Amino acid sequence: MEPYMSITTETAAKVAKLARIRVEEDALPALAQEFNNILGFIEQLNEVDVAGVEPMTSVTPQRLKRRVDDVTDGNQQGKVLKNAPDAREGFFAVPKVVE
Amino acid sequence: MSDLNKLTIAEARDQLRAKEITSQELTQSCLSAIDGADALGAFVHKTHDLAMSQAQAADARLAAGDAPDMCGIPLGIKDLFCTKGVDSQAASRILQGFKPEYESTVSQNLLDAGTVMLGKLNMDEFAMGSSNETSVYGNAINPWKVDDRALTPGGSSGGSAAAVAADLCLAATGTDTGGSIRQPAAFTGIVGIKPTYGRCSRWGVVAFASSLDQAGPMTKTVRDSAIMLEAMCGHDPKDSTSADLPVPNFEAMLTGDIRGKKIGIPKEYRMEGMPAEIEALWSQGADMLRDAGAEIVDISLPHTKYALPAYYVIAPAEASSNLARYDGVRFGHRATLAAGDGITEMYEKTRAEGFGPEVQRRIMIGTYVLSAGFYDAYYNRARRVRTLIKKDFEDVFATGVDAILTPATPSAAFGLGEMTDADPVQMYLNDVFTVTVNLAGLPGISVPTGLDSTGLPLGLQLIGRPWEEGDLLNTAHVLEQAAGFVAKPQKWW
Repeated sequence: MEPYMSITTETAAKVAKLARIRVEEDALPALAQEFNNILGFIEQLNEVDVAGVEPMTSVTPQRLKRRVDDVTDGNQQGKVLKNAPDAREGFFAVPKVVE
Repeated sequence: MSDLNKLTIAEARDQLRAKEITSQELTQSCLSAIDGADALGAFVHKTHDLAMSQAQAADARLAAGDAPDMCGIPLGIKDLFCTKGVDSQAASRILQGFKPEYESTVSQNLLDAGTVMLGKLNMDEFAMGSSNETSVYGNAINPWKVDDRALTPGGSSGGSAAAVAADLCLAATGTDTGGSIRQPAAFTGIVGIKPTYGRCSRWGVVAFASSLDQAGPMTKTVRDSAIMLEAMCGHDPKDSTSADLPVPNFEAMLTGDIRGKKIGIPKEYRMEGMPAEIEALWSQGADMLRDAGAEIVDISLPHTKYALPAYYVIAPAEASSNLARYDGVRFGHRATLAAGDGITEMYEKTRAEGFGPEVQRRIMIGTYVLSAGFYDAYYNRARRVRTLIKKDFEDVFATGVDAILTPATPSAAFGLGEMTDADPVQMYLNDVFTVTVNLAGLPGISVPTGLDSTGLPLGLQLIGRPWEEGDLLNTAHVLEQAAGFVAKPQKWW
């Protein structure tokens, strides 16, 4: 694992952007500091010898079930749109996506 | 007929079947208790009319005979469960106004068993927290009080714990990703079990960290947990990780006989700075099980120390993915947009307004540990450590250990607001004894076993082998009987 790198305000801004959460400019230094505290705590994992250890993908050894690839649900447009903040003419409405 | 709300599930079941009481009387008693307990902040959406009509149906079913054990039992449901036509917002602003068009499998199983839903219970936002202080509804408050401070009921299932401890309902549902059933149960003097991963369907439960999340009962007694767990679990084709295994009659497994059982005491759980009272309670618990005929053995779970840091990579990573769905398009809150704002501004403003600080923090940590260049260093390393943590338990169980006894929490309930200025990591330490169990997918139960010197409840945790909740509940039942914990909070609300 590469050595622990301190999170800068630029990195914090980039992470906020990736997470699609607006963070005001003046809140970035505090956010970066919080990330550093948490990542400092996580850093302990570097002490563990994980050579040859597989990353866990499933906590129980069960094989996932399979089923026939049939359509078993659908035709619920009204229910699907019921909780939308803005639904029009049977669609979800969003601000303009392309110019 | 008064104080019916104070009954246990087992007592109420027997009295309902004997026609000594009706579900409508029982439900009315709980509804009155709820209306008089707004100060606890436990119930955040009350469903009086629905409850009374369900109670009426339950009475009809009871009169017809052959009703299930849970028929007519009034419950509180954690706000994380989607309940059809009833607000389900995971204590978050981003799901304000969300009324699902469907019912979660667990709450549907409970409805099929004839239970009555009294309302929805407070919790930490998206189940992220250990004190119920991250809720959009405000704090839930512990009914236990020893001075003028308001104490936390724990979290994330804080409303569930407060409601059961204050006798507002006979029992409640909880969910547990890192300790969210067991820690609040310990803080409020009740019983809470997180079953084996896959025992309860996750379908319709708002997802936090899907590889760790499990639902479970929070009850007044171990027997009640056994009865209610049986009604909650079972295979569900709608959750691919749901186990297709028969569900035993857990209550019938409460024989009270644990002679010859091997109980492990893990040395790594003896943490530096642990209060002497908790250390003493732990050894008393071991003595109680030894007196009941169990063999107490010292064991080692060498990777315990790394469970919390691994959890704080894996859980945020999964949360950042699960919570990507809250985009202001399909349900819940959408920010008011300025002229010219496009879809990116809509996402960013909606999520900044809709998520509280702790949820934002965890989404961003998760985003960071999954981002290009860090995925291997953080996420894959944490998943490797998780493999080792699970192996620690497998190695111990392979030596014939039947269950593991540990403290449930590193302290008794603390005051609301006392951790506000602390580093978030300090709050995360609340889960130090419980989080290993989620990482290993095992069943764990918190049993109230004593009071600290100030008079606040303390709990011990028992950890069982996978799928052996029945055996675990039986050991917990023996511990409960031996500890004889009967204290109740003095009503101040």
